[in-house]
Amino acid sequence: MNPGTGMPGHEDPRTDPATRTVLGAADVARALTRIAHEVVERAKGVDDVVLLGIPTRGVTLAARLAERLAAIDPAFDPVQGLGELDVTMYRDDLRRQPTRAVGVTRLPGAGIEGKTVVLVDDVLFSGRTIRAALDAIGDLGRPRAVRLACLVDRGHRELPIRPDFVGKNLPTAVSERVRVLLSEVDGTEDAVVISAGGGER
Amino acid sequence: MTTDPTTYVLRGVRPLGGDPADVVLAGGVVAALGAPGSVDVPGDAVEVDGADHVLLPGLVDLHTHLREPGREDAETVASGTRAAAAGGFTAVHAMANTSPVADTAGVVEQVWRLGRDAGFADVHPVGAVTVGLAGERLAELGAMAHSAARVRVFSDDGRCVDDPILMRRALEYVKAFGGVVAQHAQEPRLTEGAQMNEGVVSAEIGLAGWPAVAEEAIIARDVLLAEHVGSRLHVCHLSTAGSVEIVRWAKSRGIDVTAEVTPHHLVLTDELARTYDPTYKVNPPLRTAADVEAVREGLADGTIDIVATDHAPHTREDKDCEWAAAAFGMTGLETALSVVQQTMVDPGRMTWADVARVLSVAPARIGRVEHAHGRPVAVGEPANLTLVDPAATRVVDGAAQATASGNTPFAGRELPGRVVATFLRGRATVLDGAVVEPAGAGAR
Amino acid sequence: MKHLLSTADLSKDDALLLLDTAAQMAATQSRAIKKLPTLRGRTVVNLFFEDSTRTRISFEAAAKRLSADVINFSAKGSSVSKGESLKDTALTLHAMGADAVVVRHWASGAPYQLAHAGWLDAAVLNAGDGTHQHPTQALLDAFTIRRHLVGRRGGGDPDGVGADLAGLRVAIVGDVLHSRVARSNVALLRTLGAEVTLVSPPTLVPVGVETWPCRTSYDLDATLADWQPDAVMMLRVQRERMSGGTGGAFFPSPLEYTRYYGLDARRLALLPDHAIVMHPGPMNRGLEISAEAADSDRAVIVEQVANGVAVRMAALYLLLAGDPSAEGNDL
Repeated sequence: MNPGTGMPGHEDPRTDPATRTVLGAADVARALTRIAHEVVERAKGVDDVVLLGIPTRGVTLAARLAERLAAIDPAFDPVQGLGELDVTMYRDDLRRQPTRAVGVTRLPGAGIEGKTVVLVDDVLFSGRTIRAALDAIGDLGRPRAVRLACLVDRGHRELPIRPDFVGKNLPTAVSERVRVLLSEVDGTEDAVVISAGGGER
Repeated sequence: MTTDPTTYVLRGVRPLGGDPADVVLAGGVVAALGAPGSVDVPGDAVEVDGADHVLLPGLVDLHTHLREPGREDAETVASGTRAAAAGGFTAVHAMANTSPVADTAGVVEQVWRLGRDAGFADVHPVGAVTVGLAGERLAELGAMAHSAARVRVFSDDGRCVDDPILMRRALEYVKAFGGVVAQHAQEPRLTEGAQMNEGVVSAEIGLAGWPAVAEEAIIARDVLLAEHVGSRLHVCHLSTAGSVEIVRWAKSRGIDVTAEVTPHHLVLTDELARTYDPTYKVNPPLRTAADVEAVREGLADGTIDIVATDHAPHTREDKDCEWAAAAFGMTGLETALSVVQQTMVDPGRMTWADVARVLSVAPARIGRVEHAHGRPVAVGEPANLTLVDPAATRVVDGAAQATASGNTPFAGRELPGRVVATFLRGRATVLDGAVVEPAGAGAR
Repeated sequence: MKHLLSTADLSKDDALLLLDTAAQMAATQSRAIKKLPTLRGRTVVNLFFEDSTRTRISFEAAAKRLSADVINFSAKGSSVSKGESLKDTALTLHAMGADAVVVRHWASGAPYQLAHAGWLDAAVLNAGDGTHQHPTQALLDAFTIRRHLVGRRGGGDPDGVGADLAGLRVAIVGDVLHSRVARSNVALLRTLGAEVTLVSPPTLVPVGVETWPCRTSYDLDATLADWQPDAVMMLRVQRERMSGGTGGAFFPSPLEYTRYYGLDARRLALLPDHAIVMHPGPMNRGLEISAEAADSDRAVIVEQVANGVAVRMAALYLLLAGDPSAEGNDL
């Protein structure tokens, strides 16, 4: 039995000559700050805004966004307004891969009923993960609205899904691999790297 | 019964594993035997190249289930004796647990005639000890003994004659005609619902246990009974180290007891039950590795007199089911000699002369057929012979066997030795490893 | 993971993955909408050769909450009693396209045969076979123990996710000889690091138990008082063990059994304060467990039932959700 999601490795892909870094740590920080401002602007404040991170790195990004929202408007409570949403059991590709471990789903303390839910993921690609997340949310309650924030949009959508808040639009070939590295998860400096081959994400 | 008019010369064979010789078979007997090239060979003799092959007296099985009458879907006298011939046997003792039970002169004579008609091996019916194997009253042992089948071995095999007074009477009664009671030693109350050897494996895999003591307690009782009434006892398929000890003790006291072990108990253990494959379900059950070593030791030192197959064919539907619902038993006629070679001869624990003793001479003596079987390989003796190539190896294929049933526990295993030829009163029942139909088969 | 036949086949990682997945499944079961789309289009057959309404509905609920189609197939009797043979039943289920077969059978080893005889290619879940194994029962027991004795007490994750049962002591009391629950629990609890003591009258201890990874005792009072188990698991005593039956009674009378091996208020008081009382059900109140013990606040018997659904969801998920041919997917 192999959970298959792969625990985050601690090797540093940036030292691999086949990869190139497209965003550095400062770029990532700037992008998140901008997204935080856009979220506040779009929602006309932080009332009723909750963040739902999609594991693994979406959870970390959502936590960072929560800090920024609280910095912009102290009315935002990072405990009440932050949760995580595991979409494994809603995926449509389960049978195409080794068995995935089911992750934790933890709703924000404030719940999602009637809230503006901002889904947070690291890389937006086919859109299938977000489709699964929308289905999962539907089973958990009825938000007033659902928005989507991602650090990188690399294109190649397979479903009619578009992000509301994007850190960086990154044109890629389907075969390329885009990875977001975050210090909390990967033990390296924040970065977005792109490498040839692989094709996943 | 006719004898084969063909004359054979077996070239360079080693009688009982000894020095090479040429052996001429003619007129149903061994006509000549001598150093290679030294004997006169008739011009029309069929040549059999036997270089490095071992020549044994035809094997005698004291414990065969031929299933006819009653379960002809599993085996018939014809198919079972073909399997016997293929395995090197020239005589088999057919167990009584047929339907109807072989508990009257009529049934034993029928089985005997079916064997004679088939012509692959002499069939000596075993008579039931009790009517219908019910363990309640003695069958007409005398009538069976004095029938054309000349029954000398009596057994309720498959069931134990557990009533001590009935066992005593049977032991006494058969003395009148030199018979022997062959006991299936299984204390019934200790083995109700039992599925496999009771021990570490049964505890783990949850199959009801069959304790060694259920076998040993009966053997201990029976040897004491045999001593008390001064009769002859034969212990069927003993399977435990404790049973070997009891028989060894009984023999040291001078009790007239003989004992047999099956080929499968010489090599297989209860670990196989972990597969839940009912092929390995057998009565008595496969025991532990320590028991396997004990029965090998007992066979080597003569405590155990003979190897008998307990060939127990079963249809697929009786084995393609849950372990607990499956029938007990496994086939053995076509693998017995190979298993004895593998476990006893190849490791140097027995010679080929010992093999002749445990698979031919002793069983013929116990079954009182020693006038025709288990004879020395010598001029003038009946040409009941088996020629085996000990250097050959083969992978057992149940479907390719002569027996009508496929429940061999050795399927897919490589075994040493191959029966090249079997002669029954000079007629080749097996030649070049293939069964030979009798001349005029079907016209008899 | 292709089949779930025996807890003896589970590595520690396998067992923890099952328990951790069960914890996530349990979390979904407190929601208003309990149904998940995960196994949509997959067919789960409940093949029961032996009555067990409790186990069947638990598996049925688990499969349905994962959106699998469920077919209940009751095949009482056996090939000997002229029912359909196990093989023909298996071939039928194969022809119907079953993705998983949950099998309860009176014969030890029947699920193993279904998984290995080549009659069908579905995943096989053993829902109890003869006196052999009942792996999901042991998993739900371990899950319950972990929740109570690791999660809530430890102050970490409330379900004890990720944790094993190292250092915990579990006493399993009663008819070990005929118990698939005991066999499954001994293997699993040991794998998870717990210590196990089996407490039985000598007639109900299997010959061969000395190789099991546990200790055995004939003395319940001494085990409770001196060994101080963290959990006590009472086994059901079948009625047929008390009377003549085939092998005769295993103990002189129900009263004597209760006197020496029943869990009552007095024995409950011997336990440490945190200890929990378990029973796989259905209980014989007044025989192996008194009403006081069964209804005490230490009893987690009803919770065991609820956890059964989560554990079975986890097992079905891990057997059916992934690509069966994918690498690293074998158990």
